[in-house]
Amino acid sequence: MTIAAGSFAAVGSAAALWPFVDQMNPDASALSLATTEVDLAPIEEGQSITVSWRGKPVFIRHRTPAEIEQAKAVKLEDLADPEARNENLDDSAPATDENRVKDKKEKWLVMVGICTHLGCIPKGQRVGDEKGEYGGWFCPCHGSHYDTAGRIRKGPAPRNLDVPTYDYISETKIKIG
Amino acid sequence: MAHASSYRPNTAIGKWFDVRLPVMRMMHDQFNDFPTPRNLNYLWTFGGILTFFLVVQLATGIVLAMHYIPHESMAFDSVEKIMRDVNWGWLLRYMHANGGSMFFLAVYIHIARGMYYGSYKAPREILWVIGVFIFLAMMATAFMGYSLVWGQMSFWAVTVITNLFSSLDSIVDGLGTAVVQWIWGGFSVGGPTLTRLFSLHYLLPFIITGLVILHIWALHVPGSNNPTGIDIKSKSDAIPFHPYYTFKDAYALCLFVILFMGLVFYAPNFLAHPDNYIQANPLQTPPHIVPEWYFLPFYAILRAIPDKLFGVIAFAGSIGLLAFLPWLDTSKVKSTRYRPIYKWFFALFIINTLVLGYLGAKPAEGMYLLFARIGTAFYFAHLLVVMPVVGWFEKPSAMPGSITDDVLGKGSGGGRPSAATASPGRR
Repeated sequence: MTIAAGSFAAVGSAAALWPFVDQMNPDASALSLATTEVDLAPIEEGQSITVSWRGKPVFIRHRTPAEIEQAKAVKLEDLADPEARNENLDDSAPATDENRVKDKKEKWLVMVGICTHLGCIPKGQRVGDEKGEYGGWFCPCHGSHYDTAGRIRKGPAPRNLDVPTYDYISETKIKIG
Repeated sequence: MAHASSYRPNTAIGKWFDVRLPVMRMMHDQFNDFPTPRNLNYLWTFGGILTFFLVVQLATGIVLAMHYIPHESMAFDSVEKIMRDVNWGWLLRYMHANGGSMFFLAVYIHIARGMYYGSYKAPREILWVIGVFIFLAMMATAFMGYSLVWGQMSFWAVTVITNLFSSLDSIVDGLGTAVVQWIWGGFSVGGPTLTRLFSLHYLLPFIITGLVILHIWALHVPGSNNPTGIDIKSKSDAIPFHPYYTFKDAYALCLFVILFMGLVFYAPNFLAHPDNYIQANPLQTPPHIVPEWYFLPFYAILRAIPDKLFGVIAFAGSIGLLAFLPWLDTSKVKSTRYRPIYKWFFALFIINTLVLGYLGAKPAEGMYLLFARIGTAFYFAHLLVVMPVVGWFEKPSAMPGSITDDVLGKGSGGGRPSAATASPGRR
């Protein structure tokens, strides 16, 4: 009797507690945030833009041939994080330069511009910004260096910058999300 | 500490209450006629000072909340409205902001006092552990309060600190991200984050108040430690709390409030960061993020470790380990005054913590990073190696027979000159 009453009360309390915990999770309006469409045509070679998607900054860089070459020349074993971190690919995809872009359109690099360490926005989008030792991005908060494919090369960040799900809806237009 | 009650109600209403709810008896026995070591110095006044600042923060905070709006597009402006339009708003906000700094200054002195005089040792372990919980709750409250301003430093401090939980991803994939999104109520720090931080910032001070009551209760069971670390043995070792320590505390409090008011009136933004007068912008990180001064040593430890998960573990450990001091310290004597070797390690520990604080404000690169790593190693070595090992082989110097002997200069070792009784802070 006491065991039955006790376990009934315990299960009931746990069930009653869940709404108080779950109410903190992202609500319906946050989840329904629309996808973002971006026109790539006006972005000149060597230029970068930042767009907002789900409240997060997304970096889009029109890479120069030199930057692409530099990223391609890196051996996989020199990478701190060997996984592509590309949501358009399998989890196990290696972090080659090709796997960091979509549909082999290697001049367009699209990534969530949030340092995988503690969430700062790395520098490197503007012309005068410090780009770090590998010519890509540099996070000023705790000193993480990313290369020209957005891969972590030095510093405390554990992962490459995330590549979000996106699709080419035309030759020069993408839809993120 | 247990002692015979000396409360004698004189009035009819006093007697009527005393047999129903003896609050007056408790107050009389605990804060009036409470036996207290006669040799407490001014470092023992910080408990009272801290209680005062808890009240200051509660009073100013409750009225500020009448004007503050916890909304992502209105919070920053409502703070400026408090500064410009609300009657005395500037004073109340500067008191609240600088009051937080004073609270931490006092608590650091209070903690260092406890460490130097071995106040965490038996039978005061629970008292000390409750104190560590109060310190943790204070840090959480201060962090949340700082975020409410919704300036650039507020926003990015919240981003960095909440992201500490994302390090759980390296233990269970996806767990850290789920936890962080649960904390944010979204995919990044935003409006839902601000409202919950406000709610918790209002709640936590009352939890601190509850913990403080337990802290004082746990203090009043064994009674206060004292500079010799020797227990009260005879009537001549103790004096009543009132009027001796009520007025000693009041005098020290006046001096401390002069410092507080000096900041509020003459340098209200001295400890603040100019970037926090720029409204939060989720798309731009300030070039150099620094926390408030009172978090700097721990921030330096976080940044000194090149691995994300271990950085977070060291950060949490640097504070959490303090709760284990009663068991890490193996010394037979409490007071560092009688510990010829540990004395020097303790001085080094204090200097090291201050240096870590300095490094926490500097960019994490080059020599700064190197020194922060040495400092971090030393911080942990002090707690985990020096405290257990030194206490084990060190031979304490000669101690006085009792508190009274120490005050009157009749130490058995004779190491203390009698002139010490005349030095300030001693009675």
